[in-house]
Amino acid sequence: MSITVKAAGAGVTYVDQRAPISSLLKANLRKIFPDHWSFMLGEIALYSFLILLLTGVYLTIWFKPSMTDVIYNGSFAPLDGIPMSEAYASALNISFDVRGGLLIRQIHHWAALFFMAAMMVHMFRIFFTGAFRKPRELNWVIGGSMILIGILEGFAGYSLPDDLLSGVGVRIVAGIVEGIPVIGTYLMFFIFGGQFPGSDFIPRLYTFHVLLVPGILLAMIGIHLVLVFYHKHTQYPGAGRTNTNVVGFPLFPVYTAKAGGFFFVVFGVTTLIAAFVTINPIWAYGPYVPDQVTAGSQPDWYIGFLDGALRAFPNWESVIWGHTISWNVFLPSAVMPGLLVTVLIIYPFIEAWVTGDKREHHLLDRPRNAPTRTAIGVMAISFYGVLVINGANDIIAQAFNVSFNQLTWFTRIGVFVIPPLMFIATRRFCLGLQRRDRDLLLHGRESGQILRLPHGEFIEIHTPISDEQKAVILSKIDVPVMALPVATDANGVATPKLRAKRRRARWSRAYFGDNVARPTAQELEEAAHHAHEAHAHEVHAHGAGELADAGKDH
Amino acid sequence: MSSDHGKTLSTAEHGDEPAFPLPAHRHRLTDTSPRAARRAERQVAGMFVLSALLIVAFIAAYVAIPTSTFVNLGVIGIVQLSNLILGATFGLSILLIGIGAIQWAKKLMSDEEVTDERHPLGSPQEDRDEALAAFQMGVTESGFVERKIVRRTLIGALALFPVPLIVLLKDMGPLPGDSLRNTIWRKGSRIVIDVTGQPVKPQDMGVGTLISASPEDLNTIQEEQGNQNERAKASIILVRMAPDEIRSQQSPKGATWDYQGILAFSKICTHVGCPIALYQKATHHLLCPCHQSTFDLADSGNVVFGPANRRMPQLPITVDSEGYLVAQGDFQEPVGPSFWERG
Repeated sequence: MSITVKAAGAGVTYVDQRAPISSLLKANLRKIFPDHWSFMLGEIALYSFLILLLTGVYLTIWFKPSMTDVIYNGSFAPLDGIPMSEAYASALNISFDVRGGLLIRQIHHWAALFFMAAMMVHMFRIFFTGAFRKPRELNWVIGGSMILIGILEGFAGYSLPDDLLSGVGVRIVAGIVEGIPVIGTYLMFFIFGGQFPGSDFIPRLYTFHVLLVPGILLAMIGIHLVLVFYHKHTQYPGAGRTNTNVVGFPLFPVYTAKAGGFFFVVFGVTTLIAAFVTINPIWAYGPYVPDQVTAGSQPDWYIGFLDGALRAFPNWESVIWGHTISWNVFLPSAVMPGLLVTVLIIYPFIEAWVTGDKREHHLLDRPRNAPTRTAIGVMAISFYGVLVINGANDIIAQAFNVSFNQLTWFTRIGVFVIPPLMFIATRRFCLGLQRRDRDLLLHGRESGQILRLPHGEFIEIHTPISDEQKAVILSKIDVPVMALPVATDANGVATPKLRAKRRRARWSRAYFGDNVARPTAQELEEAAHHAHEAHAHEVHAHGAGELADAGKDH
Repeated sequence: MSSDHGKTLSTAEHGDEPAFPLPAHRHRLTDTSPRAARRAERQVAGMFVLSALLIVAFIAAYVAIPTSTFVNLGVIGIVQLSNLILGATFGLSILLIGIGAIQWAKKLMSDEEVTDERHPLGSPQEDRDEALAAFQMGVTESGFVERKIVRRTLIGALALFPVPLIVLLKDMGPLPGDSLRNTIWRKGSRIVIDVTGQPVKPQDMGVGTLISASPEDLNTIQEEQGNQNERAKASIILVRMAPDEIRSQQSPKGATWDYQGILAFSKICTHVGCPIALYQKATHHLLCPCHQSTFDLADSGNVVFGPANRRMPQLPITVDSEGYLVAQGDFQEPVGPSFWERG
């Protein structure tokens, strides 16, 4: 036993006698995790969160969350002598008078952008591979909620410096809250401690941003990871991989080094970007004054879809019995995101209902093998994408010299037309890939070699695909389409809950009706036999070629 | 093997053999050649050493470079030198730790894939039965079911317990009252230029001019912090157009709200409240930079495009005895975004 192991053993013994750590270590030190680049997306999100916690603590040392008026006398000359809030002055102080302060601020901001991006792309991976299926529905719900909370947290952090750009963002949020029917005005007055902008908002937002929300996120991340551990990680299909095993490398030492190293890679890359690329130059915007604004105001990217929706929505407003309902604000900025997130969060339960599937799934789906799900995902992303683009319609209009009025109309129509088109195209694309898979299994791969048979016919030689490829393709599950229930059975008894069953059968057909069936064992057998014959042809032809070559030599 | 082809991998029973075996492990160069292994070892150690050196460089830069030095990096723009060097040394240093650790894992640690069995999730049936039995026992011993009066009063008490927690939030802010309907504009309030605080005479404004302005008394207002709340409502823009270009105004019959073609409008967008100052002289259109609502100032400030529903409120103006522009009174309708009670 080496000294390292002895020392570790002594440490473990000490802890073990006070908390039973050995059982935990025994079960988990050599726990197997499968390897795939797409499994690192969630890691990026996790590590970005850790970076945010770390750099956030540094920022709290110097940041003053106060809206008290002060005159700036720091070292950024262009703003010298300008009245501003203490929050903005201290953010300037962090940027220009604290050594490394700007670096920490920029790492914090970049990490926030990466955190949101990584969570979303991670979610796409989970969605398209069906990793949300039983037993991981709860983790999907937690993850989806974390994205929503992350958007709020990001917006709060973006607003704290109280610069002109973020102040306009807060003004818009105040307007959105005012637009909520019945309670909006009161809610706005409660949040801001009176009229906008008041002097309570920044201190309140600060506690929300540095204590309440990070606490909630930390708890959710904890549960998220414990569940990943408990479920054991999903894996992609392949040779040697089944739904009941997990193939990969042990947590200690391989993943300790890889995942631990990856934390430093994420931290290092974020820091390097923060070193070279300025993000959110608050000094260039100036302090927030409620009657000023900059042209080309843009929120951080993850707010873009909300802003895009707000820009595109028609100007509907009604007055009913002396009360104003701002459809133009309430629908795009509260109802639309609410619906989007609700559908997203309950999706696993919708799909489970359609399939009637109660089994555990640990082997990931290939997106093509679930064409309707994949098409729904692409549809949702294109809906989101159109809104994000519209969130920058003024920038695009300027950059490409097009009319923003036309861009807005493009969005108003496109947001309803493009997603269904993407749905249809994606679904067909997936079904095409399924047919190709079936062809590959039954007829092998086109080898590019043309063969002339003795009687003059030309054929192309197909070579059977490898076992690894076969294992991947054969991982497809054929979900049976539910038959439409009959109104009354042979004995004349009416089917109970007929309408619900019919609805479910129709959904089932829409989901799986067009799927290309996996080849049966018999078909595969025949195909293998066929391939063998073709191989015989090939050998035959090869022999003939040699003869011809021999003839030339003479 | 062909007999296994038809097996559905993902419905395999626990402990079933996969239809296709794991491909045979292929050794890396570092597994077979001690020289390659030593080279990998040197690479990893080299990265760790470089990382440590960069920390020393970081500390030197921290001490030596003031925050007031800036450098121009061309495409990237002007950056703070201290930020650049501190970030570059620290970032590269931690990146090297990461790459070194991953290189170690990839080249020198075992890369033979290991297979673990999964076990059905969930507790064994007997555990579930026992848990249920224990719960049943607790329910029986507590009398939660039989003692209806205790149960119901408890539920009642618990339902009311959060009420104080909600009531306590009441003092987060005052009630709106009519504060959203009024601004500090009064009859005779002088209109002053936002930036300079100078009052405006009609002859100061040529046709096509736009001025951001506010009431003169704004500067005497002292709220808890400055005068931001009143400023957020009272800001206006003054525009001048040739009187025959004005197609309509918000003034009722018989009243004159402009002064010789000078019109005053609220600066706060009726959509969600951004201040507006993008003015197109030729069309008299006012464009909100936030969500592109467009208002025609020559036509009562009506909406011509975008998500805003209501026109920009017009402030009736005239001149006082000294010839300065003043308000005739407050706005005749609430400024800014719509709200439920607005009507």
